[in-house]
Amino acid sequence: MAVSAQPAQDMSAFVGDEEAGGGRVELLVKGARCAGCLGKIERGVKAMPGVGDARLNLTTGKLAVRYDDRRRADPAAVIRTLDGLGYASTLFDPKAALDQSDREGRELILCLAVAGFGAANAMMFTVPVWAGLFGQELGPGARILMYWLSALVATPCALYAGRPFFRSAWASLRRRRANMDVPISIGVLLTLAVSFSETLQHGRHAYFDAAVTLLFLLLIGRWLDHQLRLKAQGAARDLLMIQAPTAARLDEQDREHITPAAQIMPGDRLAVRAGDRIPVDAEVLEGRCDLDNALISGESAPVAVRPGDRVCAGALNLNGRLVLRATARSEDSTVAAIARLMELGAQSRSAYVRLADKAAAVYVPLVHTLALGTFLGGWMLGLSPREAILRAAAVLIVTCPCALGLAVPAVQITASGLLFRRGVLVKSGAALERLAEVDHVVLDKTGVVTEGRPRLVEGRDDLLPLAAALARASRHPLAMALAEAAGAGPAAADAVETPGMGVEGTVGGLPARIGRAAFVGHGATAGDGAELWFVRDGEAAVRFGFADTIRPEATSVILALRARGLQVELLSGDVETETARTARAVGVDAWRSGLTPQDKAAAVDALKAAGRKVLMIGDGLNDAAALAKAHCSMAPGTAVEASQNAADLVFCSGDLKAAPAAYDLARRARSRAMENFALSAAYNLIAAPAAMLGLVNPFVAAIAMSGSSLVVMLNALRLAWPQRTRT
Amino acid sequence: MTIVLMLVPITIVMGLIGLAAFWWTLKHGQYEDPAGDAERILLNDDDRPL
Repeated sequence: MAVSAQPAQDMSAFVGDEEAGGGRVELLVKGARCAGCLGKIERGVKAMPGVGDARLNLTTGKLAVRYDDRRRADPAAVIRTLDGLGYASTLFDPKAALDQSDREGRELILCLAVAGFGAANAMMFTVPVWAGLFGQELGPGARILMYWLSALVATPCALYAGRPFFRSAWASLRRRRANMDVPISIGVLLTLAVSFSETLQHGRHAYFDAAVTLLFLLLIGRWLDHQLRLKAQGAARDLLMIQAPTAARLDEQDREHITPAAQIMPGDRLAVRAGDRIPVDAEVLEGRCDLDNALISGESAPVAVRPGDRVCAGALNLNGRLVLRATARSEDSTVAAIARLMELGAQSRSAYVRLADKAAAVYVPLVHTLALGTFLGGWMLGLSPREAILRAAAVLIVTCPCALGLAVPAVQITASGLLFRRGVLVKSGAALERLAEVDHVVLDKTGVVTEGRPRLVEGRDDLLPLAAALARASRHPLAMALAEAAGAGPAAADAVETPGMGVEGTVGGLPARIGRAAFVGHGATAGDGAELWFVRDGEAAVRFGFADTIRPEATSVILALRARGLQVELLSGDVETETARTARAVGVDAWRSGLTPQDKAAAVDALKAAGRKVLMIGDGLNDAAALAKAHCSMAPGTAVEASQNAADLVFCSGDLKAAPAAYDLARRARSRAMENFALSAAYNLIAAPAAMLGLVNPFVAAIAMSGSSLVVMLNALRLAWPQRTRT
Repeated sequence: MTIVLMLVPITIVMGLIGLAAFWWTLKHGQYEDPAGDAERILLNDDDRPL
């Protein structure tokens, strides 16, 4: 929800602290693309009184405005200025903006730089030695000098750049498990140790360059994986930030202070205008109006509230101004039961073992047994202990899972980059792996299969223009749907809306009313769907019935999912008639209606217990628990915060076609990752026996390792190649 | 051989200078906004990084 600037509102809650009493305001600016925009915005904002500096980050779209004096900071004025320049903007909560510094990424990139430096410089000394390996002139003295020099460069670099791996390996070993970092760390440290011992003994098998090159390649994979997570999470956070509920808190003089919802305390008085969402659970003090609870309960019909009623966070105020008293803080406002269910779901999901870790579980013991076998076997078959140790070390070095470490991240960064361009955010690489395993799709009805917006389905066409003349005066969704069905036309000049009831005015020379059955003096309601009643003086009341609009692409998307061998099911919190009609319209046989959030989560659990891997697509608060419990989950960008947090993928395009597209790409990413594993395995099948037979020298090791990593990377990039489309 | 003994330290020092320069750029946030930096060069005002 964008904060629109109104002079009477105080927005000082959005000002962050800077050094020496300065203030800082951060905004997300939409539509800035080029140097022209950049110059215009920065010049315009800098010219404002009190502004010390303004800098727009074109990559992230964030504008940072610095004030020399915190008290002169005026976020509303910045929004007005930007608005005057033609750019819409949204304020950032300063607390949320703070925790964005990316320490891990900086450490990785620095390690990568050090490893790159080490690899390049160690190579300088190693290439002459390689020349010597093939019989060219290089005396033993010169060779040892070269080895010492490359040791001088490579050892500190490897020890520094290897820290992320050593740390992770150590943490994994302490939990008595072995992840991929264990063989990497052992490989690197062993390579250094063997190389030192060889150099001291004037031998030929020193691999200083290999140790640091290996780390360089692995760090590329690690950094890609990190970038993927950072980008997706940052984008997901920005998306939520734009919609982040802000609230207008009232002080004693009834002045409105715009505040991030997180800062609302129980007991605060809040004003909610028509078209805004209720920020926290609250009780109505003043005002009567209709609330749209679709995101909370999935129910499509609006609910009328009056003073004394309790309202839930996330409900949309359709008409009229409400004054509320907050009864809970923002983070407590999600119903406790839903929050608890979500935590459970998140726990069960963290037990998921990622592809790379599955591979490591097989690979690590295998390689270490092989190395031990080489040493013992070589010794028994009459090799000298030194030669046997060298061969065992060679096995560990050439099988060091360099390509394996790149196999999955390289694929996933390509895949999520492709999805990102289509407006789908992938929260983590593991989410893609889980999506590829899905065999059952559970859809929420409201807001996913349907647009969450009513459409006129029943009524008298001859009276429609008359009814629409009244309906145009209201922002109620049913009235707006009626007006839309009638097309453009005049509104009744004297129309007066009674919030929560209806509109009255003069049409065609007669006083008329449109609204609830009781408002038009009609006794009972017919049917249980959404309806409006229209009456003209002296005539019988006429009913207009409404139903939620089904997304135009829904049917084809469900067919597409079926074509991929997935079962599709519809779970809704809405009433049976609505759900049944929607299910019939999109061709889904399996549907259930009237489900509470707990029922939905239980349904997902039951499917899981039956051995199915469920993809849940939902947008409401009532779906959050089920989203968290499902094997993989998707939410549209319009979903409530809890659902977006629970979902693995968020599609911002608002187009359901993202679901089969993401599934296809996840499947392709999975096969690419599997191919990469196969390539690594094939490489190891050749390299390991060669090392056991003593055929590997430092040159062969360097070529084989970089070569296999390169092949794996190129195979991952193949994902971005255009594909034959399947519908 | 003397030439090697001279050239090797020079090479390593030059490499270290490059590494230090990279560290400096990282520290000063020069990779925070690649899209903006590409456009900023077209602006005429005397613009200094924050």
